[in-house]
Amino acid sequence: MLYHLDARRLLCPMPVIRTQNKVEELQRGDTLEVVATDPGVLNDIPAWCRINGHKVLETREENGEIIVLIEVGTS
Amino acid sequence: MIQQRKAVALISGGLDSLLAAKVILEQGIHVEGINFFTGFCVEGHTHAIRKQDKAKPKRNNALWSAEQLGIKLHIVDIVDEYKDVLLNPRHGYGANMNPCLDCKIFMVHKALEWAEKKGFDLIITGEVIGQRPMSQRKDTMPVVARESGAEDRLLRPLCAKNLPLTLPEREGWVDREKLYGFSGRNRKPQMALAKQFGFEDYASPAGGCCFLTDEAYSRKLVDLWQGRGSREYEMDDIMLLKVGRHIRPAPNFKLIVSREEGENNFLSGYKKQFIHLFSTSHMGPLVLLDGEPSEADLELAARIAARYGKGRTAEIVTLEIHFPDGESRTLEVAPMPPHEIKEEWMV
Repeated sequence: MLYHLDARRLLCPMPVIRTQNKVEELQRGDTLEVVATDPGVLNDIPAWCRINGHKVLETREENGEIIVLIEVGTS
Repeated sequence: MIQQRKAVALISGGLDSLLAAKVILEQGIHVEGINFFTGFCVEGHTHAIRKQDKAKPKRNNALWSAEQLGIKLHIVDIVDEYKDVLLNPRHGYGANMNPCLDCKIFMVHKALEWAEKKGFDLIITGEVIGQRPMSQRKDTMPVVARESGAEDRLLRPLCAKNLPLTLPEREGWVDREKLYGFSGRNRKPQMALAKQFGFEDYASPAGGCCFLTDEAYSRKLVDLWQGRGSREYEMDDIMLLKVGRHIRPAPNFKLIVSREEGENNFLSGYKKQFIHLFSTSHMGPLVLLDGEPSEADLELAARIAARYGKGRTAEIVTLEIHFPDGESRTLEVAPMPPHEIKEEWMV
């Protein structure tokens, strides 16, 4: 199932914290689309996913916004 | 079967917490990291603001540390709870607005709560006796253990040999002989240990990770409280203290003048909350006005704003002033000459 998280205007590490808290509510195999504006998320969310067992499916930038698509893993 | 003991490590992103966690991992203990976000952390979000900093790597050092260690990291938002620590520190402040001892007690207490909830056995920190003038002294380190409630479940692997035995050592969960006896501000032992473990490119050993230890930041925070007549603050307030040039020409209002494009973009996000000004006749900064200005104050603000734009030497600069209710007006002013901008206005 696809879920969305609006992390726009938040500066790191807040987008990571919101992502972490949202992922805790999800099930393995769910997908979370995070929309952020702080370019720091391009490093921080993939790093957080790597150490916590989740997978970044895609990162892209659109109209000044950064979109990170995460597949929830086993963490 | 031997029970797998579990430790939660306070990870700041600095070298000491990285090493402390590694020392315990090496003893076969399961370690997970915990990192607290107070809102005043240098780590993280100010990277994003200034354009001139964009070339620098934007890594979060706590996440980086966890990745080097191969451990999970739990980042906990304590912005709201931290207000009480900052506003009412039982042990007072350090050289600036840093309530270091109360902060450490609070963080170890939060880690203890987390550990109890998750079934972890001990808490580890990268503290070293004599490293910090307030929270890491021989007489204050027992205070942290006692007042946090962690007591002898709190282990400081880098200086454990200088401290009384803790529960993990007594019970044989960890071997005291493989812990360390570092003390003082000399960083060479930590650097040598980092080399031994193969850690390179770690965050600056100077380690300052909190804006509250910064004199200029603390001054702005106190000015904010005095200007408002209240010590309440929100996340946006403490973020804005990290950005721009802060000028208070009168007790009832303050200006935040962006210094470059990145700050301009960041401050643009606050246009709906603040009176703001910008020049339309010349290139110039976005200026936020915090407070309740009179008509005369608005003109003064416009003259100061004009001084920081390309029209600083022009006879007249045209500016637009916008108000949070959507109203706006145009002002034509003479830019304030630099010598009229009083030094005491600069926060």
